[in-house]
Formats: sequence, structure tokens, C-alpha cells
Amino acid sequence: MSAMSNSNWSRRSIFRAAAGMAAAGTLAACGGNNGRGGSGGSGKNLTQMFHAYGEAGTEQAIKRYAKAYSKANVATQWITSSDYESKLFATLLTKNAPDMFEFHPQIQMVKSGQVADLSDIIDPVKADFNPADIASHTVDGKIYGVRMIDDPQFFFYRPSLLEKAGVKVPETLDELIEAAAKLTTGKVKGLYIGNDLHAVINPMIWSAGADTLNAQNQIAYHTPGVIEGIKKMRKLFTSGHLLLDAPTDYWDPSALNQGLCAIQFCGMWAMPQFQKALGDDIGIFPFPKTIDSGKQSVYNGGWSMFVNAKGANVDAAKEYVKWLWIDQKKDQEDWATSYGFHIPPRASIAAGATKLKSGLPAEGVKLFNEFGHFDNIGWTQAMITALEDVFANSVRKGGDPEASLDKADTAVNRELKKLFG
Amino acid sequence: MSTTTTRDLASPAPAKATSAKPRRGLRGNRTFNFWLFIGPFLLGLMIFVYVPIGWSIYLSFFEARFTVTPSKFVGFDNYTYMLTNPDFVGSLGTFTVFAAFIVPTTWALSLGLALLVNRLRFMRAFFRSVFFLPTACSYVAAALIWKMSIFSGVRFGLMNTIIGWFGVDNIAWLSNPSPPWYWFVIVTARLWLQSGFYMILFLAALQNIPGELYEAAAIDGAKPGWQTFRYITLPQLRATSTAVILLLLIAAYQAFDEFFNLLSKTTWGRPPLVELYYTALGENQDYGAGSAGAVILTLLIIIVTLFQGKLMGFGRSEEAK
Repeated sequence: MSAMSNSNWSRRSIFRAAAGMAAAGTLAACGGNNGRGGSGGSGKNLTQMFHAYGEAGTEQAIKRYAKAYSKANVATQWITSSDYESKLFATLLTKNAPDMFEFHPQIQMVKSGQVADLSDIIDPVKADFNPADIASHTVDGKIYGVRMIDDPQFFFYRPSLLEKAGVKVPETLDELIEAAAKLTTGKVKGLYIGNDLHAVINPMIWSAGADTLNAQNQIAYHTPGVIEGIKKMRKLFTSGHLLLDAPTDYWDPSALNQGLCAIQFCGMWAMPQFQKALGDDIGIFPFPKTIDSGKQSVYNGGWSMFVNAKGANVDAAKEYVKWLWIDQKKDQEDWATSYGFHIPPRASIAAGATKLKSGLPAEGVKLFNEFGHFDNIGWTQAMITALEDVFANSVRKGGDPEASLDKADTAVNRELKKLFG
Repeated sequence: MSTTTTRDLASPAPAKATSAKPRRGLRGNRTFNFWLFIGPFLLGLMIFVYVPIGWSIYLSFFEARFTVTPSKFVGFDNYTYMLTNPDFVGSLGTFTVFAAFIVPTTWALSLGLALLVNRLRFMRAFFRSVFFLPTACSYVAAALIWKMSIFSGVRFGLMNTIIGWFGVDNIAWLSNPSPPWYWFVIVTARLWLQSGFYMILFLAALQNIPGELYEAAAIDGAKPGWQTFRYITLPQLRATSTAVILLLLIAAYQAFDEFFNLLSKTTWGRPPLVELYYTALGENQDYGAGSAGAVILTLLIIIVTLFQGKLMGFGRSEEAK
């Protein structure tokens, strides 16, 4: 009898369990297909991704340009997190990837087919662009990005403080270390180069007469000069004359403007804010010579527009990029000079940019031309991270520079092998 | 003051069994009700917990770079890679030490707070809320407060102002790893965020200790204070302590938010999860190796937990009553 009722019970329960599982399966299927896909529309909707610029009005400007475009609705993603590149790389793998995005030229994006060839829209105006900017975006004769702005990075200092301390503008790294010591008082630190010091890695290498990679795409940073530079940076880091753990990073002018330091590493973009806060009491100088045989240097950074080659709207996105960043010269000038100061990569726009013709901005342009080093498209994010680890291990921590450079060599060579075979 | 009554978590009032009325239709059907109540949670658990775990284990046996639907089976290669990766193994080591420190510290602090609050004659609800509130704060927000205002390296940072009164120079709390002040920043943030929650657990347990025990002890001549605490309170809290230590241990190995936010761009002080984040989601996008690391970490947590349970008798909690 008990057996009978048992089997009765289990037959029902099996049916119910089956029904339950069927229902669960249906729901799970819904969960899997959660509406991420719907991008296969008419191509009228485009998205673009920008990192958050620090200057007031920049976000509104980008959205204003987009709104004026009649052939598509362009939505803007304004990424405020500090690691724009990880956010960008992660998003590009998904179906939510933007159709257009700003970034720096890096060859792995070309090799993995993530960025579209833009030669056809750039070629007609190629002669107008700074040749160095064209070169840094070219792989095998094809141009993969439209440069929007060039941003040289150098030191800003307050002449009044240097005069008071009896310090002349440093031309060597040793002089900079000495200046930082003399300029440090109870309330003001001598120098600020960012909390993690990563902004000066490349300038330090160039000023040591070395480079990130050579023309054959081999490691060129592992030289005795660079090792000496790392040791000097370590000395500077431990001197107590460096402003550390400031509330804002190097790209924000606040540290110098608020009187936390006497010299700050920053970029051309912040020049209007420096001038507004400090008036005439502001000067600039390039990264000093790391070793005596080196040469002063300036990193000509900047941002470029790329088109997501794996997106659903490649042609529409290219059309928009052409419309805004090739044809709309008024907007390009507005973008380069109305908020922060940037150097327009196109000669025809630079010629008309009166704000950059005199005074401090003109000096910035001079440093850009005289000492500038542009991006090397073969120098990718993984390699950048490798050298950041060198600085973390040997400058901020007291590790042996030779050993940490060897470790970086391994990482960089693995990446080089992947990219160039 | 209805909030002061605390229900015994370990033995809630037994649910009244519904009288088995012979009733037709789905409403009275126990099996149907079972699925009705369990179904949504089970479904959520399946989709958001079990499927990802299973997928992760699956991924760990494949070469999965830049994809989560890999095709190249590599066996245990990812595991070998992770176990020979000095960064990952180093982070496991560091965090075993970290756990060995933070678990007893948090345990002692939350127990101490609970004892203090339990002793209060007035404003008990106020203090209980005050100590519990940080639990509601997001780790990211707390990390930012710690980084930007309390442990900022500039002269007007809170800690630098305070040590300035004693004539001590400004300290770069986070940038400079020697001496490793960053541990101080992290430990204080973590204690602030976590102690309140465990305090509440202890408080509930303290209020469940029968008063007769203390009375009997007093009659037998036990001195109030340490003796009573050592021989009555502590043994009575055994079940709660075990659970708290268990939760703390898991939390220590799962540390992520405050480390990620406080120590960006460093090569030190990286918990296993931050290391895995950079492996799986950084520029390498290596989901295979990342998943293998996650499985290793999970196994480690399970082993440590089982060992600790064996040591302290988790599951034998009823005896302690």
C-alpha cells in the first residue's frame, strides 16, 4: 500500500518537476537574450566614447557638435573613471562597443582588427596634417585614426618662487632635484610630477638619449642612461621634496594653483587655468636632461578619433568622423582652443589659432616643435604597463633597476613577438 | 524602542505546520507551493551564481583570450600558468598573512564594541546605530574618503594635520610603499566598514545568554569582569564567533574594492581578486587564466574554511548552548 501511494506521488512530482524545469528553461532563455543585440538598425544611431576632459564646457562642446550632425543621432559616452583604457578595451569586446572612440594610436588595435582604415577620408587632406601625426597613425601605408588635438606635456613653474629661492630654471635632472630641495619650505613642496610618477616615464627615457622602441621595433629603453635616470628618480622620490598623495593627479592644475608645490608637471591643456589662477607668475620648461649627454624632451601626447571596425555602422561612423574632424574646421578650432589649450594638428587651423600665437602658449608651441616626441604606434598598452611596473618597483619601491628592466623586457618582448612576429 | 528586542537567530520560532486539510486545487498543494516560493530564488541562483561558476570552471580549461566562448582546449595549462605566476602566488601569500592579521583584529574589535554597547544603560539604540552605519557605506566611497581627505598626502590632510601638531613631517600614506603605511590606511578603512556588522551579530548573541548563568556564577563566587567573561560569556559566544570568523576569512580573501581604489597602479598590496581582475579584464583579457585563478582561490577558501570549521566546531553550534 505504501508502495502504491509512493509511486502515485512520484509520478505527479515528476510531471511537476518537468513542468517547472520547462518554465525555468524558458525564463533562462529570456535572460540570455537580454536585448543587448538590437544594434542592427538603420545606422541612424551612433555612439561615441570620450574620456572626461577636465576643462569646463568640453562635454557640452562634444555633444553640441554631435547634435549639429543631420545624418545620424550621435550619442556620447563620457567616461569619468581614471582608467579610460581598461574601460574602452573591455567595452570594445562587447556588443555595446561604441561606433567611434577617442584613444591614442596603438598597433594591437590595428592587428586585431578593432579599428577601421580611415585612409580614404584622410588622404585628401593629408598634406594639411602634421606629418608626425600622420606617421604615428600609419601602419603599412594605411592611416587608422584622425588626430584631433596635440597635447605637449612639460613643467609649469612659478618664477617668483624660483627667484626667491635663488634657483634657475633646471636644465638637467640633477638641477631639478636640487631645485626641488631649495624650493621646499614648510608649506610648499618643491615639485609635483603626479602621485604615481608615471607621466614622466617617457620624457625621462627620451632625455636620457634613449627611446621606447627603435625604428626596427626593438627595445631601446634598456640603456645605462635610463638606469642612471631611474636611480635619480628614486633619489628624488625619497628626498621628501616631492608632493605625493595630492588630491588631484598631474593632469589637473590644482596642485600648483593652490600653492601645494612650486613646480608641476602638466600639459598644454591646463595653460588657461594656470594663467587664470596665477596671472603672469607662470613659466614652462621641458623635461631636463636625464644625463649630461641627453637632450631635453617633451611628450607630444594628444587624442585621436578611431572608428570601431567591428561595429555595425562602420560606414556611418566614418562619415561622421569625416564630417566633424575633417570638414568642420570651426568646430576643430573651437575644440583645440576654447576650453583647454591644445595644438591643432592641421596647419590650416593652427595658422588661424590666434590664442596660441603669443605669450606662454607660443612658448608651449615652441617646446612642442623643438623638443617634442610623438606617440609610437608600436608602443602598446601592455608595454606602457610594463614600464609603469618598472617605476613602481624601482622608483617608488627600492628595487634594483636592472632587475625590473629585465622583467619589463620579458613582457615587452612577448608583446612585440605577438605583434611583429 | 521596538528595535531593542532581538530575536535569537540560531533558533527562530518554529513555523506552524499547516494543518493538512484535504483540499483540491493548486492552492493547497504543498509541492506547488514549494516551487512557488523556491522557484524564483532557485532560478536567480542558477542564472547568476551556478551558471557563471560552471562557466568559469569550463573556461579555465580553455585558451580564452578576448572571448568567453573559446574552442581551444588546453587542459591544466592555465592552472600551471597561474600557479607559477609569481604575482598571483605572491598575492595569495600576502593575503594569507593579511587574513591572519585582519580576522582576529576585526573579531576582537567587534566583540569589544558589542560588549561596550551591551553594557550601556541609555542611548543603546543610538550607539548601536552609530557603529552599524558604516556597514551601509559603499567600499568605494569609503576608499575615496580615506584617500582624498583622511590620508591625503598634503599638509591639510586630516592625519597629516594631526601628526603635524606633534611636529611630525607629512607622510605620503599611499604613494610610498616604504614604510608600508598603506596597510594602515587599508586596515583602518576595513575595520571601520566591517566592525559594525559583526558587532550586531555579537550583540544579538550576548543578549541571548541567559541571565541565570551570571547569577549562578556570582553565587559560586565568580568575580565579575575577566573571570565571568572568560568562563561564561566567551564560551556562550562560541557559535557566533565561529560564524563571524568564517565570514571574516572569506571576506579577507575576497577583498577588492578598497584595494583597487586605494592602490591603483602599484605592484604591491594586490589581493588575489585584484590580480585576477588585471589578468582577466586588463589589457590581456585572458579569461582562461583568470578563471583558473578564480578556481584556485575558491578551492583555497574552501580548504581554509573547512579546516577552521573542524577546528572550531562549526555545525556543532547547538552543543554550545
